[in-house]
Amino acid sequence: MIMKTEEIQAQIISEFAAFDDWMDKYNLLIEMGKDTPMIDARFKTNNHLISGCQSKVWLHAEYVDGKVFFTADSDAVITKGIVNLLIRALSGQSPDDILATDLGFLDQIGLKEHLSPTRSNGLLSMVQQMKLYAKVFKLKAGN
Amino acid sequence: MPDVASIRKLFPALHQEVYGKPLIYLDNAATTQKPQQVIDRLVDYYSQENSNIHRGVHHLSQKATLAYESARVFIAGLINANHSHEIIFTRGTTESINLVASSLGNLLMQQGDKVLITAMEHHSNLVPWQQLCIKHRGELLVTRFDETGTTDLNHFKELLTRKPKIVAIAHISNALGTINPIQEMIRLSHEQGIPVLVDGAQSIAHSAIDVQQLDCDFFAFSAHKAYGPMGAGVLYGKTKWLEKMPPYHFGGEMVDKVNFTETTFNILPFKFEAGTPNVEAVLGMETALKFVKEIGYENITAHEDALLRYATQKLMEIDDMKIFGSSPHKAAVISFQIGNIHPFDMGTLLDKMGIAVRTGHHCAQPVMDAFDVPGTVRASFAVYNTFQEIDTFIAAIKKASAMLA
Repeated sequence: MIMKTEEIQAQIISEFAAFDDWMDKYNLLIEMGKDTPMIDARFKTNNHLISGCQSKVWLHAEYVDGKVFFTADSDAVITKGIVNLLIRALSGQSPDDILATDLGFLDQIGLKEHLSPTRSNGLLSMVQQMKLYAKVFKLKAGN
Repeated sequence: MPDVASIRKLFPALHQEVYGKPLIYLDNAATTQKPQQVIDRLVDYYSQENSNIHRGVHHLSQKATLAYESARVFIAGLINANHSHEIIFTRGTTESINLVASSLGNLLMQQGDKVLITAMEHHSNLVPWQQLCIKHRGELLVTRFDETGTTDLNHFKELLTRKPKIVAIAHISNALGTINPIQEMIRLSHEQGIPVLVDGAQSIAHSAIDVQQLDCDFFAFSAHKAYGPMGAGVLYGKTKWLEKMPPYHFGGEMVDKVNFTETTFNILPFKFEAGTPNVEAVLGMETALKFVKEIGYENITAHEDALLRYATQKLMEIDDMKIFGSSPHKAAVISFQIGNIHPFDMGTLLDKMGIAVRTGHHCAQPVMDAFDVPGTVRASFAVYNTFQEIDTFIAAIKKASAMLA
């Protein structure tokens, strides 16, 4: 049974709450990156690259039984950690739930700066791309 | 050696904390911080002198015009231009280069003609020439550099025999720190009768410029990389070229007589300064360059060279360190990568420790391609940086490397 995205986000917040020091938080993030659901090698193409990133991020989505499942990879480990957090929060959710959530947990764990448009890691583009996948799957399913 | 402790006191932005750590600003090749007198100059202008310059009969306009034109005279003297009308005020290096590419380009380029650059150019001294060549169905000739990031002069000579119409070269590479032998490159180009533009964006804050001794035809730089405000820069051009070149932008200020069928254009330098200029930034630039002159280029170069040597030596002691650019003639810019650590990861962790560096391709993607890296971490020094800052920087790199290993 997959947890609701709000529950997962609350869980991530509590995992980070255990650490006060920024180094510990980033170490956790780096560790989490290693658990990212890996994108299939055949999807690691320019078509799956998120634009606007200083580091490369490849993202793929599949639609199974009304839920969206994401896989990804990045050549930078911190980016990969953040990507993994997004996937944990959104993968396996319905398009409606993905479109509705505001991912406020990133702010609460002190990673909001990575979502600012001035940050050239393209994370904002990644969130937009994940929501776009959800939208497209929803539209297709409606037909 | 300059009194760095006293100099630092003049820069309010240096005295702040980032994430609870004292800021260490090592992104000077992107832009330098500004001393208090430059900040004050901008405020004073708007407090006491603000007025549109030229043609105003009233007191304020005359005051502002006098200040603006005095800045031109000062800058002409600083770089030893033959005449103050050879100093054209622009928005910055990029606009200066675009002006020449557009105006001189239209004057000299015929179908199939070529422009010669080097492989280490910033995009600003590459894309305008590339687009000019595309427009004229010509060819952009690119001088190679070797594994140390040193321009291959023999290749440059070889490409000169292909008769380019214009040569455009960086004085100092922003990505590698290489100081190009521009004096020699200008001489070689002139032997073939080819005019040379020097992109001085990275040199104006670090080394004395004498345009007559260099004999360059054009020299472009920005105020903001030399302790001045953003949005102002200079194009120096030899009178003989500036007089022949057609205007680049049209509008107010640059005209002489206008009716609905024709317009005659103003004399130099106004022919190239259409519209109301960024007066306060030009005045701030003058103040900034006076600050540089007061410290003295020799002192600045000596201090920055010492910082470069010290930082390079300390960096080389780190395992798996690779420095891109080890030319014997090098400015205080160090581009590096450690093992397979992504520059973005390193930059993010250094930022958390209060250290500002640049990561990525530094607007010189072909340079990154040449070394086959996605980008580098770049530390670049200015007169206000200290040896203690470098020690903290090195310790931070070691800490970040351990986290990312």
